[in-house]
Amino acid sequence: MNEIEKYEQQQIEKLTTEKNIPDFNPGDTVRVNVRVVEGTRERIQAYEGVCIAKGGKALNQTFTVRKISYGEGVERVFPLFSPKIESIELVRRGDVRRSKLYYLRNRRGKSARIAERTTGHGLNKTDTKAKKTKSAKAAKAPEKKVAAG
Amino acid sequence: MRTGLIAQKLGMTRVFDDEGRHVPVTVLKVDGLQVVSVRTMEKNGYVAVQLGAGKAKLNRISKPLRGHYAKNKIEPKKKLAEFRVSEDALLDVGAELGANHYIKGQYVDVAGTTIGKGFAGAMKRHNFGGMRASHGVSISHRAHGSTGQCQDPGRVFKGKRMAGHMGNVRATAQNLEVMLVDGSEGLLFVKGAVPGSKNGWVFIKDAEKKPAMDGVPFPAGLKSDLKAANEETPADAPTEETTAETPAEAKAEETTEEKKDD
Repeated sequence: MNEIEKYEQQQIEKLTTEKNIPDFNPGDTVRVNVRVVEGTRERIQAYEGVCIAKGGKALNQTFTVRKISYGEGVERVFPLFSPKIESIELVRRGDVRRSKLYYLRNRRGKSARIAERTTGHGLNKTDTKAKKTKSAKAAKAPEKKVAAG
Repeated sequence: MRTGLIAQKLGMTRVFDDEGRHVPVTVLKVDGLQVVSVRTMEKNGYVAVQLGAGKAKLNRISKPLRGHYAKNKIEPKKKLAEFRVSEDALLDVGAELGANHYIKGQYVDVAGTTIGKGFAGAMKRHNFGGMRASHGVSISHRAHGSTGQCQDPGRVFKGKRMAGHMGNVRATAQNLEVMLVDGSEGLLFVKGAVPGSKNGWVFIKDAEKKPAMDGVPFPAGLKSDLKAANEETPADAPTEETTAETPAEAKAEETTEEKKDD
């Protein structure tokens, strides 16, 4: 491992100690809780949509979330390890056969739907994962109070 | 005027700053950097330090250079360079310099040898527009076009931008911010790009066009200083101190500490 990889690994560990990033893939519906600074106040804004792409490696990983907002398609690219992301929740797994779902941009309504995936990798452990995210949330609750006060 | 450093460019990555923004950085490694000899006013007519970086195999060193290293009792170095310094910033021969020569938030100039592009056309070399793809243009789509006027002046002016050798020249990137210093690993994280290829040698100096920053180690950031600081406080004391400069940053640190307590 070279020095840069070592640094990136350290950073990833540092940035993920306080949050649990779920294992999600393109096609999955995710809710991204983003820290938004308004003047001096900081609050958390949820952004929910379909992950249509993941890119990059190690610390430079990003993911694109697409949603339809007031009839207009909106896409946001997030750095996966950004400190501005408070947490990521996996809402629904999607059954897709490619890694970049750019074809969704040309679709509207019914044809833009993605079927839910009920089998395959990552799903046998769902019970334990759900528990984990819940416990993580419980641990985070007192932190929010500190930030507000 | 302080000395500069010789470093090796490792590559690029990103750093998340205090506000959560990601900043592209180049990672520079300072390794085995020592003062090989000094130039003084009495002896040489100017004041400078000669630094050596890296570690060279003895059989790859020429005999005269081997003598030069032996005279000063220094292990053979891979790269040698001189840095002009003021007389009060002169260092002892054998002094080991580290990345802690620079502090977070200061600005530096980084010089290196750009990646060679060989014989490049005018479009690549000077961003010329080239010619049209169709409308009667034949065989000269990427040509530079006209190079001058007619019988008067009857020649091409000197300095006319044309195709030719591109890259593999020394270039300096000025006013790059130091984002992070890791003294124990000898790593410097500098904002933005730096000329040269990966593993290429670069020369770092304090930014010429920015005022000197307070708290910069003078005459130099030595490795022995780093060891002393580490003994006092096991964590990276010199880098930590510099982070708590503005009140906003200090506040951010406080909150994170509170979180940890919870």
